[in-house]
Amino acid sequence: MILGVSIYEILTVSTLIFFIGVFGFVTRKNLISMLMSVELILNSVALNFVVINKYLFPEQLDGGLFSLFIIAIAAAETALALAIIINLYRLVMSLNTDKLETMKN
Amino acid sequence: MERIIFYVIAIIMIVFAVMSVTSRNIMRAIVYLLFVMLGLAGIYFMIDFFFLGAVQMTVYAGGIIILYITSIMLVERIGEPLDKPKQLQLIIAAALTSLGIGATLFAIYDYDFVEVTQEKSTTIAEVGRALLNYGDNGFILPFEVISMLLLAAMVGAIVIAKSYNKKETSK
Repeated sequence: MILGVSIYEILTVSTLIFFIGVFGFVTRKNLISMLMSVELILNSVALNFVVINKYLFPEQLDGGLFSLFIIAIAAAETALALAIIINLYRLVMSLNTDKLETMKN
Repeated sequence: MERIIFYVIAIIMIVFAVMSVTSRNIMRAIVYLLFVMLGLAGIYFMIDFFFLGAVQMTVYAGGIIILYITSIMLVERIGEPLDKPKQLQLIIAAALTSLGIGATLFAIYDYDFVEVTQEKSTTIAEVGRALLNYGDNGFILPFEVISMLLLAAMVGAIVIAKSYNKKETSK
């Protein structure tokens, strides 16, 4: 735990980052920037896991290890999604969500 | 002292997160996202979970951001700004997210957390033992599942990248 900082303050920070990510996901129209907003959401959730683990149950490691797994899954998700996006760009020559109606010609 | 550092990191993270979702230059947006990741690694270091901070810096700040930058360079014309979202869409999204922030913060501050004061840092040896332990509090099953998932993701990325090339040459 951090000296002099209560759990409420850190949870406030992670809540704000989560909803900033949701805002970006809703308003952006470019596929890569939508994926970046998803990264923000995943990061805030990982922070929540660690903080609740460290402040409420410091004897156990579950929360920290789960955020480790979240990071690994996020890396896999990003690699796959970017591969699909680059392929899609070669087909459609655009990343705007309004113009992407098909994944297969 | 730690309080001041935490507040500085928190403000940096929130400001750069907002700039990252509103900036119309995608290269700038990704660099702002990098600062959010680094701030998060700083919080992990402050909270005495050094291994996770190091993983956050290497995997997120080092790996994922570079992956984004290379794919942006492959795909986007960097000079062109992104499309502006519609005014109505912005207003509705801002209203809904502030509603969500209000509801979540109300739920958090309403709940009475019982904080345990303990000055104990999580060492890397502890993490390693927990990850490879198959007894109680062991994480060997998720660890193996993650390794299979990473392998599947790698094979999948290769297959996705390859199928296009085959089609292109057959045309």
